[in-house]
Amino acid sequence: MDAILLQILNGLDKGGAYALIALGLTLVFGTLGVVNFAHGALFMMGAFCAVSFNQLIGLEKVTVDPTQMTPWGTPLEVRVPMIENWLGDWGTFILDYSVPFSILMAIPVMIIIGLVMERGLIQFFYRRTHAEQILVTFGLAIVLQEIIKAWFGANPIPQAPPEDLRLAADIGAFLGFEPNTVVYPYWRLIYFLFSAMVIGGVFAFLQLTTFGMVVRAGMADRETVGLFGIDIEKRFTIVFGLAAVVAGLAGVMYTPILPPDYHMGMEFLVLSFVVVVVGGMGSLPGAVAAGFLLGILQSFASMTEVKSIIPGIDQIIIYLVAVIILLVRPRGLLGRKGVMES
Amino acid sequence: MTTITRETARGDLLRFALFAVLILAMPLWLAPLGAGYPDLMQKFAIYGLFAVGFNILFGLTGYLSFGHAAFLGVGSYTAVWSFKLLGMNPLPAIALAIVLAGAFAWVIGFVSLRRTGIYFAILTLAFAQMSYNLAYSVLTPITNGETGLRVLNSDPRVLDHMMGAGEVEGSLVSTLFGIEMNGLPGFYFCAVWLLIGMYVSFRLFRSPFGLMLMAIKSNQNRMNFTGINTRPYALTAFVISGMYAGLAGALLCVTDPLAGAERMQWTASGEVVLMTILGGAGTLLGPMLGAGIIKYSENIFSAFNEQTLHEIFGFLPDGVEGAVVSVASLFVGEGWHLTLGLLFMLIVIFLPGGVIEGGHRIQALLRRRGKGGGADQAHPQAAE
Amino acid sequence: MVDFLNPSRRGVLKGGAAVGAGLAMPTIFSSQAWAADYLNKPTGDTVTFGFNVPQTGAYADEGADELRAYQLAVKHLNGEGDGGMLNTMNPTVLTGNGVLGKKVAFVTGDTQTKSDAARASAKRMIEKDGAIMITGGSSSGVAIAVQSLCQEAGVIFMAGLTHSNDTTGKDKRRNGFRHFFNAYMSGAALAPVLKSTYGSDRKAYHLTADYTWGWTQEESIKNSTEALGWETVEAVRTPLGAGDFSQYITPVLNSGADVLILNHYGKDMVNSLTQAVQFGLRDKQVNGKDFAIVVPLYSRLMAQGAGENVKGILGTTNWHWSLQDEGSKAFVKSFGEEYGFPPSQAAHTTYVQAILYADACERAGTFMPCGVVEALEGFEFDGMGNGPTLYRAADHQCFKNVLVVKGNENPTSQFDLLEIVQEVPAEQVTYDPAIFGGELGECNNGV
Repeated sequence: MDAILLQILNGLDKGGAYALIALGLTLVFGTLGVVNFAHGALFMMGAFCAVSFNQLIGLEKVTVDPTQMTPWGTPLEVRVPMIENWLGDWGTFILDYSVPFSILMAIPVMIIIGLVMERGLIQFFYRRTHAEQILVTFGLAIVLQEIIKAWFGANPIPQAPPEDLRLAADIGAFLGFEPNTVVYPYWRLIYFLFSAMVIGGVFAFLQLTTFGMVVRAGMADRETVGLFGIDIEKRFTIVFGLAAVVAGLAGVMYTPILPPDYHMGMEFLVLSFVVVVVGGMGSLPGAVAAGFLLGILQSFASMTEVKSIIPGIDQIIIYLVAVIILLVRPRGLLGRKGVMES
Repeated sequence: MTTITRETARGDLLRFALFAVLILAMPLWLAPLGAGYPDLMQKFAIYGLFAVGFNILFGLTGYLSFGHAAFLGVGSYTAVWSFKLLGMNPLPAIALAIVLAGAFAWVIGFVSLRRTGIYFAILTLAFAQMSYNLAYSVLTPITNGETGLRVLNSDPRVLDHMMGAGEVEGSLVSTLFGIEMNGLPGFYFCAVWLLIGMYVSFRLFRSPFGLMLMAIKSNQNRMNFTGINTRPYALTAFVISGMYAGLAGALLCVTDPLAGAERMQWTASGEVVLMTILGGAGTLLGPMLGAGIIKYSENIFSAFNEQTLHEIFGFLPDGVEGAVVSVASLFVGEGWHLTLGLLFMLIVIFLPGGVIEGGHRIQALLRRRGKGGGADQAHPQAAE
Repeated sequence: MVDFLNPSRRGVLKGGAAVGAGLAMPTIFSSQAWAADYLNKPTGDTVTFGFNVPQTGAYADEGADELRAYQLAVKHLNGEGDGGMLNTMNPTVLTGNGVLGKKVAFVTGDTQTKSDAARASAKRMIEKDGAIMITGGSSSGVAIAVQSLCQEAGVIFMAGLTHSNDTTGKDKRRNGFRHFFNAYMSGAALAPVLKSTYGSDRKAYHLTADYTWGWTQEESIKNSTEALGWETVEAVRTPLGAGDFSQYITPVLNSGADVLILNHYGKDMVNSLTQAVQFGLRDKQVNGKDFAIVVPLYSRLMAQGAGENVKGILGTTNWHWSLQDEGSKAFVKSFGEEYGFPPSQAAHTTYVQAILYADACERAGTFMPCGVVEALEGFEFDGMGNGPTLYRAADHQCFKNVLVVKGNENPTSQFDLLEIVQEVPAEQVTYDPAIFGGELGECNNGV
């Protein structure tokens, strides 16, 4: 029982990440009709927002101690973070909580990246074929990740969660299990709650605001909305920015779980496309549902009991589920007719 | 697509002959470009074949498959198993690889073609990823996993032993009529297959079957309304392109008897898509060109290091040279992916029809200039 | 970072330019004709080495460090710089005057950590650039693939970072040599330290990367820990590049195991270790004992990626810059002065391989592969950072001291991540070459 509960928890936080990435991907596809292969790169850029924020506030005052030498023959350097010099305990606190604080930097940065990408490149591809969209955004993804590699190197860069949240919570005891049977890291619980909040926020934004209404109408029937004299393109630009922010935030908060490296976006790209397609192209609830579903199934498939029945099942489960769902439900879980079929 | 229907059979033959001469003369004209060594030329021919086959599916029917690397992999593994069990003759290996890859493609195509558009793409991707993941891990007894499948001296190689050629000193190389299939002979062997593959593709594009496939691309619904079931046609195209991939996979092993699982990874599937679009999807020569460009940059740009850059820019004054070299080194050596990414973007943005379209544009420009700017829309373009 | 105006540097370049001029000719037609006695026999005043390292992909930083070490080795061989380990190697006939009177030039290539790409790159070096020796690599799959290629082509392969038993076990080749240690040696070195640290009554849980290297490492560690009296509760295979390992870590929590062994390398190791620590495994109590995590193969570059999570975690490594013997000190000094930071174990093993190859050519008096093989087989040397070392003739594996290390609790710099617990002497990790099978075969000169 406790093992199953733990695997559900695993599925939820993994699913949260999948859902967040897929949400932005399907938002862009549903509104702009663009297949964005650079979406994984946006996730990666978000993660590197956290890295650069950490490096920025971690800027150190370096004093050289000429009396001591390192074994490789350079003078020993003594480093003190400047922010501790300026702000004292507050500085220490910000350093400790640098990952959540970097959200503040990631939002504007991701909006700018999103807008620049849309205005500078994507907008010229609205009327081009999907194959061309894929090629150009794939090229962009490579360029973005190579820039990150040139700057930050190829190795993963660890981002520590705040000191108080570094370990695991005994949620089993809370639910009436024996103590220490169901423990789960605080940060993963936070990640799940965070993704639920962001997903809720995006849905609320689209359902409750006028802006959201126009966007939804545009997703359903772009030409008619245009006939009403509404500048739908401008709104779509903002939607692209929003998708970039969602992907970026998913990346920022994921850094303590997965030390970021330049290639992490590519690894999530294929997976998030599978999630979107399983959910149904252009369906936001579908993307979220498929994200969590695949996350949980992946966790269960990794259990030794399951693997002993079907060896290697954890290697293929995601793809197997995708094949089955697509064959049974032609347009994915919640897909609409006519999207992306010609 | 207008080019194709207007061209005459004689024009085709002429172009094919020209192409054949260019391919066979590769060692001569590639040498000054630094690419005239056997391994790279073999790769040009093999990946060219792979892309030409992919183009039969994608260029004609518009079905975008993200799983073609799986067929390449199946072809490779089949070929090596044929070497291991039957012997080092490349012909049975190639025959078996084509048949098995075709059969595998039939199964996957039969299932995947029930869907269209991106759903089709993801289905093929899913099948290929499953094949790759399994080949790398639980199927290791068949594929030898990470290390790759190789021919060993202890393998049965029944035919070789029957012919009395079982005991080999040194390494095992694929051999046809006593000629070892590596180095230049290996290249010519691949080049012959490439020419056969190109010829078949030429004929296919011009056939009624090819027209039918193009009709699928332009409007499948209309086809269905007229009562024609398009799926068998699409499936045939899928199987044919799978067989091309199997042949390419087998040739990889003929020139170098080793099959690794990475050949089946989704990035390898993506690579053939990029080759085809880069050169010009739906055109006859485009895919071959695209394959050449990508393999060239992979092997030549990646080999530049600071030392070679200093040689190239050695004529500049020292200070300027240093700056130029440090900028240039971002794009070559460990940065060669950056060059590739930029290349994709530039070509798609400015030449949506691929390199072939670029060629046509230059041609049109020259012609216009020759005629004093008279014929404006003189030349049809092979863009989609 | 790089001094463009350094005059000595330009000396190398001129050497390189001569090779470049030779390449302008279509060598494929002529190479067979020149090579009367062996493939790619150097005819000019330079000899070309091929450095085949990962420049893209997950191991690009290790590849970059290997390339730095190679360039340093070339400098030292050509008599530039401070000479590094050329001064401490014993015995050596190298004088810093090139190799056999020829200046060393080199070509580079990208393995992409893929067998196909690595072989394509190595073939370019052999067929086009006329390389006489190929070296490098950062994974066992690539090393084994390139080693068999070099055997078939008829050049020498000096393996870089490859840890699988197979490289000098069932896939060994006469033309291939490995200085790096292997999974068996990791197990043999680690086991006694594990016993003295954690006792002999432990229950181990393995998480293993699901491919050849992972399996050989799991087997080696299992054998040596079970010999101590440890019990193996479970050994679970994880997909390569899984990213999130939580679904494999949670079953450990209530399995009754009190040691977790992570048979992962590279990014897998960074991720699984980071996540295991987050699940509280390092601070857990099971069976009345402190829970322990073990990472059998460590590298400093990867430890950097796992950050604070490596603290106190045991593992093995081939070499570490904090070693205090003369050879290591000389190497760390000349590498540090050149690049501003200490070398990694990947840099060390590749530097040593390049020097060993050059020394063997000098002693053999020829670049002919069979001559070099003969000179390297059974060669004993010292002063290269791992104590007295033997290049065993039976399987072309180096036998030398293995380091058992621990994640540093109080690092003084960003490079000071590992702390040496014990230098396990070579005798303790030596094994019978027959246990892994395989045949070296005949050496191949390529003609």
